[in-house]
Amino acid sequence: MRARAPMALLCIGGLAGCERVRHGVQSALDPAGHQAGRIADLWWLFLAVLAAVYALVLILLLVAAFRPRRRGRVPVGSAFPQEAPTERRLTRVLVAWAVGTTAIILTLTGFSYAVDRDILSLGHRAELTVEITAKQWWWQVKYDDPVPNRSFETANEIRLPVGVPVRVILKAQDVIHSFWVPNLHGKTDLIPGRVNETVIVANREGRFRGQCAEFCGFQHANMALDVVAVPRAEFDAWRESQLAPAVAPSDEQSQEGQRVFLTSACVMCHTIRGTTAASRVGPDLTHIATRPSLAAGTLPYSKGNLAGWIADPQRIKPGSQMPVTGLSADQLQSVLAYLDGLK
Amino acid sequence: MSARDTSARDSARFIRRDGPALGEAETHARLERTWATPPGLWGWLSSVDHKQVGRRYIVTAFVFFLLAGLLALAMRMQLAGPNQTLLTPDRYNQIFTMHGTTMMFLFAVPVMEAFAIYLVPLMVGTRAIAFPRLNAFSYWVYLAGGVMLWVAFILNVGPDVGWFSYVPLAGPQFGPGKRTDFWAQMVTFTEVAALAVAVEIIVTVLKQRAPGMSLNRIPLFVWGQLVTSSMVVFAMPAVMVSSSMLIMDRLIGTHFFNPAEGGDALLWQHLFWFFGHPEVYIIFLPATGFVSSILPVFARRPIFGYTALVLALFATGFLGFGLWVHHMFVTGLPHLGNSFYTAASMAIAIPSGIQIFCWLATLWDGRPRFATPLLFIIGFIVIFVLGGLSGIMLASVPIDSQVHDTYFVVAHFHYVLIGGAVFPLFGAVYYWFPKFTGRMLSERAGAWNFALFFVGFNLAFFPMHILGLIGMPRRIYSYPAGLGWDDLNLLATAGALILAAGVLVFLGNVWHSLKYGLVAGDNPWGAGTLEWATSSPPPSVNFVHIPVVTGREPLWEEPNGLAAVSGLRVDQRELLLTTVVDAEPDVREPSPMPSIWPLLSAIAVTVLFIGSIFTPWAVVWGSIPLAVGLIGWFWPKSPPDTPEPVVE
Amino acid sequence: MSSPCRRAVSLLLFAAFALAACDREDREPRGAPVGESGPGATVQGTLYAGEPTPPDPRRQEYEGNAYHISQGKQLYVWFNCGTCHANGGGDIGPPLMDDVWIYGDSLENIFATIVQGRPNGMPSFRNKIPETQIWEIAAYVRSMSGQTPTAASPGRNDSLNAKPAEQRTPKAEPKNSNPGGPGVEGRQ
Repeated sequence: MRARAPMALLCIGGLAGCERVRHGVQSALDPAGHQAGRIADLWWLFLAVLAAVYALVLILLLVAAFRPRRRGRVPVGSAFPQEAPTERRLTRVLVAWAVGTTAIILTLTGFSYAVDRDILSLGHRAELTVEITAKQWWWQVKYDDPVPNRSFETANEIRLPVGVPVRVILKAQDVIHSFWVPNLHGKTDLIPGRVNETVIVANREGRFRGQCAEFCGFQHANMALDVVAVPRAEFDAWRESQLAPAVAPSDEQSQEGQRVFLTSACVMCHTIRGTTAASRVGPDLTHIATRPSLAAGTLPYSKGNLAGWIADPQRIKPGSQMPVTGLSADQLQSVLAYLDGLK
Repeated sequence: MSARDTSARDSARFIRRDGPALGEAETHARLERTWATPPGLWGWLSSVDHKQVGRRYIVTAFVFFLLAGLLALAMRMQLAGPNQTLLTPDRYNQIFTMHGTTMMFLFAVPVMEAFAIYLVPLMVGTRAIAFPRLNAFSYWVYLAGGVMLWVAFILNVGPDVGWFSYVPLAGPQFGPGKRTDFWAQMVTFTEVAALAVAVEIIVTVLKQRAPGMSLNRIPLFVWGQLVTSSMVVFAMPAVMVSSSMLIMDRLIGTHFFNPAEGGDALLWQHLFWFFGHPEVYIIFLPATGFVSSILPVFARRPIFGYTALVLALFATGFLGFGLWVHHMFVTGLPHLGNSFYTAASMAIAIPSGIQIFCWLATLWDGRPRFATPLLFIIGFIVIFVLGGLSGIMLASVPIDSQVHDTYFVVAHFHYVLIGGAVFPLFGAVYYWFPKFTGRMLSERAGAWNFALFFVGFNLAFFPMHILGLIGMPRRIYSYPAGLGWDDLNLLATAGALILAAGVLVFLGNVWHSLKYGLVAGDNPWGAGTLEWATSSPPPSVNFVHIPVVTGREPLWEEPNGLAAVSGLRVDQRELLLTTVVDAEPDVREPSPMPSIWPLLSAIAVTVLFIGSIFTPWAVVWGSIPLAVGLIGWFWPKSPPDTPEPVVE
Repeated sequence: MSSPCRRAVSLLLFAAFALAACDREDREPRGAPVGESGPGATVQGTLYAGEPTPPDPRRQEYEGNAYHISQGKQLYVWFNCGTCHANGGGDIGPPLMDDVWIYGDSLENIFATIVQGRPNGMPSFRNKIPETQIWEIAAYVRSMSGQTPTAASPGRNDSLNAKPAEQRTPKAEPKNSNPGGPGVEGRQ
């Protein structure tokens, strides 16, 4: 890519820094989507032009400050007499400078407009629609389908087929949040009372991390989401499995776990399709064991992390809406067995 | 004592105006008696001397700077590594809100106003600022607002929704309690104070200039403050309106920002940023005034491109009102509208670029001597230009959509604010400290101050550009390990500590120099503007004789001494007003004596504002003491009792 | 600054620090761990052997705390209390914003009502809603009739407003309230 040289020059922190810039799971400079790619290119262009301007200003400053001058004392308090030719020459340079600045600004603005138009044109080709409702402090994700009973909900996770543009409808129920997956596209706010829209597309497989980018309260720092781009066939298979109701518990401990789930605080907030738990306050847990992370990207998914999360969510994400449920140790173990089987 | 001496003194007593008839020492003594503030606590509380009020403003603003800086250090310690638990989320949210709010509302704007209050009357050659009692009132109101906010913070009622306090997070449902109400009311306090000062500066600059100081001879610092004050007049009402709407929503249940009942959450953003963007130019333009004052003195040539610089000030001031939507590029507004604001945000780089060129040209064609003020100006150019260029990146909608609300923006605004305002401010302190106090600051400590600042600042904030690009959002109290953010954050924390060391050096320098610094004469730097034509520190009357100005750098134009006008009263406070364009002497205007009413009115206003945080009835009942205060303030003074002789 | 001024200012600062942090504004997401049982448990009767046990003072933290009351309001909506009680005006369940309290109006009484359930339709939420959240809901219910401090009560909703904000609701002095414990209003 044409911008490797300035990137290398500007990296501080040595090779490690460069590595990080080029391969980041939440990096705007490691584009995995069409829009992020165009934006990154635009950024490198701006960087190259503006770095040259900055270098010029620095050189002029150093020359102005340190150039050799006629020796001789200038008594304090008197003006150094101006010579008219110098003033005229400087005025001409000033005009050239202003014209040059304007020309650079116009050029950069033109490129910016061009990229803007390009990335907006993707909306026409969207094949899939996902509706995200942002809540404090998690993402409710609904996959729409023209056939209503083929829509389903999940939480804190978006899976998309590679190369297929996805329209993302953005709503908020409480405060302003911002949907941002740097590897794929710039951010768009989710504002209560408005419906915003963006389009994302992944050009390659991979797992990317998005994060809320508008301060939304206590746990704004821990409101991330996983975006996983997979081949089309794999996406279709995933979608089918997500549509299915929850896996029935097979062994005794999981059955006990389901019973505990439905008779304790869990049922007040969570949905598990296929059971009587149908509350929409908290995330849908029907296929929780398939998710890459827990608590909106705060913890990677594992049975141990799930245990810690259920046992004391306020220690991991203080201020989050999940309360300490007060399950006993046995109850917790059985609930874990049940939830870990919800694939 | 001979009879002749006695009769000379007797006849002097009947001379009421300065002029050839009154001897130099006698003039000085009588002016000092007329203009001096009474000693003691009462005099201190009732002073209307712009220099005393200006000094208070500067000291208070720097105290807030230090407090907000401590908060910044707390944040950096929390973010030095991943998943740290030094600060709870609630405490962190309060701290970053207080840091931003204090720096923007209680330090940056007031300190620029403070220098205006102190220096503008001196630079235009008048004896007092316009509306001196309003000036005193504005200081007390500012102090009350700042103290109220910090006491609230200490009592756990400090705001926690960010310095720009977006609704609905700051609204009644999602911001429970009184925290945001204290923030909104503090805004009211500081904006009343800022508007008052703006009015005074505009009137002083337009009507009270020394004879001969026509518009094209006004110092660039004064031009900058004039444009800034005009911006204040147009921008502050927007934030007062929005903060008042927010208070009303929270206190009495209006629905300005409630979309379900016909309001709009984005209305807040528009109103706030209509103020918020000009606010940063309100902070930056006085700093350009500092640069334009300091650079000619240390480059030892008059500033190049005076006209271009003045036009650039006006262009910036005007364009600055057309940019605010660039803070809202990602909110889903129509794309065509966004494009307009891209163009406007890019366009404002042109006047700034012109200013940079003029300063570089002055330096290039001059013969620089490297004292501390010039070091800070050089630092300003290095840092501010980088910040301005990252601003050009932010003006592009696609780029902004990636880096908005990330550490890239944090880096950008610290580069333009610290580089563009704080560096010139410190240069200004080193430059004008001799004038304010009569002593020089240490040059050696100043060099260390500068070096620690420059290195510490760049180490702290340059990595943040990269952090923003690799995905670190703003306003997060901690971040997970494994995202590659750890090293850069640690580096930023190290830089912040070095910057703090620079501040300590500065404080030590000030403390030491106040007692042991070299005694400064009237004009230790050999500068050309009028404030250097009087003693250091200036007498209460500013100028014993009002000077006549014949050029842009009066002391350089007339190295053998300035001509002066005579005829002003020495037994009463009197100013000379001149015409707006050509500064021809126009009328004489009395100036108020020290008065306790500004303080009493400010106390009444404070009670009213703080009460209205808790109940709307405070507006009704609080108006009564305020009315009493204002009546006392405006009570007509009896006409002067001593008739003037027709012929002297 | 002169020396007397400096002394005054430092005294003021010390006083400010010395005053405890404003309890109304505490945001403690866990809530005070005050359980249902133990010496401070709620009772419904009026007779005691010896002297009545004083209630656990930590429960009052819920009532004077803006964060807890606003959480209670959110939970009132989430757990569908409105299906029976509407927005406080009552539907098939009794109104909550008036001055009539069948089972007592104190914070402890409301807590007990939610935990235990009541005849004729009030479900029991024991083990379904964690106790700290029930305290928050109880505190919010008290705010609906204007019984909580104005500064701590919620303002208007950021959604459709079916009634005036709780902080602007005039206090409906409870009457005919069956006394349910020590220190309860309405007790003779």
